[in-house]
Amino acid sequence: MFGYSMADIGNIMVMQGFSGLSMFTVLLLMALGLAIIFGQMGVINMAHGEFMTIGAYTTVMLSKVATTYGFVNYYFVFAIILAFILAFALGYFIEFIMIRHLYKRPLDTLLATWGLSLVMQQSFRSTFGAKEVSAELPEWMLGSFKPTPDIDIPINGVFVMVLALFVTAGVYLFMYRSRWGLRVRATVQNRVMAGAVGINTQKVDRVTFALGCGIAGVAGAAFTTIASTGPTTGTLYIVDSFMVVVFGGAASLMGTIASAFGIAQAQSILQFFMTSSMGKVSTLLVIVGILMMKPEGLFASKLRK
Amino acid sequence: MSTLNRRNFMKVGGALAAALLSAGILTNTALAADTSTAKVMTTGLAVTDTTVKVGILHSATGTMAISETGSIQAEKLAIEQINAMGGILGRKIEVIQEDGASDWPTFAEKAKKLLASDKVAAVMGCWTSASRKAALPVFEKENGLLFYPTFYEGLEQSKNVFYTGQEATQQILAGLDWIAKEKKAKTFYLIGSDYIWPRTSMKIARKHIEQHLHGSVVGEEYIALGDTQFGSVINKIKLKKPDVIYAAVVGGSNVAWFKQLNAAGLNSTKQTMLTISVTEDEVLGIGGENLAGFYSAMKYFQSQTNPENLKFVEAFKKKWGEKSVIGDVTQAAYLGPWLYKAAVERAGSFDVDKVQAALPGYVFKDAPEGAVTVEKNHHLTTKLRIGQWGKDGQAKVVYTSAYIKPDPFPKGYQ
Repeated sequence: MFGYSMADIGNIMVMQGFSGLSMFTVLLLMALGLAIIFGQMGVINMAHGEFMTIGAYTTVMLSKVATTYGFVNYYFVFAIILAFILAFALGYFIEFIMIRHLYKRPLDTLLATWGLSLVMQQSFRSTFGAKEVSAELPEWMLGSFKPTPDIDIPINGVFVMVLALFVTAGVYLFMYRSRWGLRVRATVQNRVMAGAVGINTQKVDRVTFALGCGIAGVAGAAFTTIASTGPTTGTLYIVDSFMVVVFGGAASLMGTIASAFGIAQAQSILQFFMTSSMGKVSTLLVIVGILMMKPEGLFASKLRK
Repeated sequence: MSTLNRRNFMKVGGALAAALLSAGILTNTALAADTSTAKVMTTGLAVTDTTVKVGILHSATGTMAISETGSIQAEKLAIEQINAMGGILGRKIEVIQEDGASDWPTFAEKAKKLLASDKVAAVMGCWTSASRKAALPVFEKENGLLFYPTFYEGLEQSKNVFYTGQEATQQILAGLDWIAKEKKAKTFYLIGSDYIWPRTSMKIARKHIEQHLHGSVVGEEYIALGDTQFGSVINKIKLKKPDVIYAAVVGGSNVAWFKQLNAAGLNSTKQTMLTISVTEDEVLGIGGENLAGFYSAMKYFQSQTNPENLKFVEAFKKKWGEKSVIGDVTQAAYLGPWLYKAAVERAGSFDVDKVQAALPGYVFKDAPEGAVTVEKNHHLTTKLRIGQWGKDGQAKVVYTSAYIKPDPFPKGYQ
């Protein structure tokens, strides 16, 4: 077939399958935090990418500490936890001083969070410098896993995949199996009623927003294994994040997962058979087409209108 | 020397001092007569008896700040050194720095401000081709002078610009020749970011590979700027098994490209790669361990051991910190102020037309990269070097070409 041996084609199919899955988990991680904020609160957080960048810089900084004190092999676990805590804390604070005043004005939150993203980018630049930096990766995370001599499965891809699985499971348990999740969902469905039965809706909003930001921080930490970190790193991810959330249909965890999977597979396969940029263009065209027919996204939210 | 008692010594010394002093006064007055402002500047530029204003126009903010910061630092260092030597025709350089903010129309606007209202005598600036193309009409209309540091795609030549980086053929042809000969490479996979510089470069590379090296291009791929997912592309490369990957990926994508390539098992022991978009600056982000063993084709590497470069690296680190690194473009930016100084001194004038006419033919012997010659087409004749990257983020120069004349409009490659 096209002058390649069957073994070659088999190997490539395995690796191609993996690269599709890997892209899926990357998109999923990117979009989860945004989906929570956008889906549950209706807030369009343009600074989502910058919260990822916070996580990324946390990891880079911690990796520097780790190389000095010699715990490079397992600092990544701490980096992820710390990234979550920092992004969560900042999200909590931002909700308190900015977002809560704008709940009734969705377009203004768009503008305000965009402004926030610019402020954050410039703060990164002033604090960490304009040059891109990279986290020192632990030895075990470099290179690839080889089930056969001709198949390479990137270990950092596997790592991101496992992490995405954990985070998604965590979000699911939080939203659908905990008291907090119940309160969040109650608030989304009917804010006034939720308040009437004694739910502190303001607090619910604050925690939801902070949680979304915290997850963005975790995603940022994970992405240091596949890309570099600079003040404007967030802008690389924000478009893809929004695409996944909008395509999946806001307010639905399943929608986000399905949409990340669909986009990743389409893009991965198209990029293999076409050129890279054409693959991307075709994927976007398909998304635009589907959204024109189904403006609510793949999984429409069951919101009371 | 018993005759040289204290009294005699004083006499002799005094006479000597007087002689020196008068000689000094004489030469000084002679110089001043030669270089009175009215004589060396007739076109309303910001030149006084003691100062000359020069603009620096780069992005200190926005996406491109990552790359352009090094150029700003190099230009400031060169200007500081020139001032310490007494300036240009006895005039200290005063810098007016403007921020292009990674936004191309802003470059045009700021260029206009520098030339029309500040009346700077020359501008060191621009980095991306897009910013240069935006500012170029302003420089041509206001008859300004621009020193442009980046290696670029060629196909341009303006009397108002001196290009201190390499144009595409200088960077590409010799590098391909070397890798074809050294690695017996026959099949090439071309990959670049999706904009004018990689596309023009790859067009030249493909022609050269097919017509002169009798090799074949098994794949040509362009990645959207900022894209960080390379899984499918890497699999395609694995299927095609090219002898050489020829890469011109830039920005954030560059880092992702090398990290993922390594993670997919394509490291330098398995795959030869020659890139034209990685300098010491990029390595900071990519990480030496992801690059180790791959090659870059540049005209300058920080690790060069010629005395001019050792001096330059030492001065740069002294001014900007021990950890700073110097890439190809940073070095090219360092040349700008020095070439300008030489041009003014050759012309005996700050007037733009005279400076333009005076610079071609000048050989800058003390350039950190080694001597360069300014050609009539306003580009430099330089050497090309191939560096092999080490884990420490520095490259070992494994090949240095003969001098290559610049050819911004290469025949048979367009």
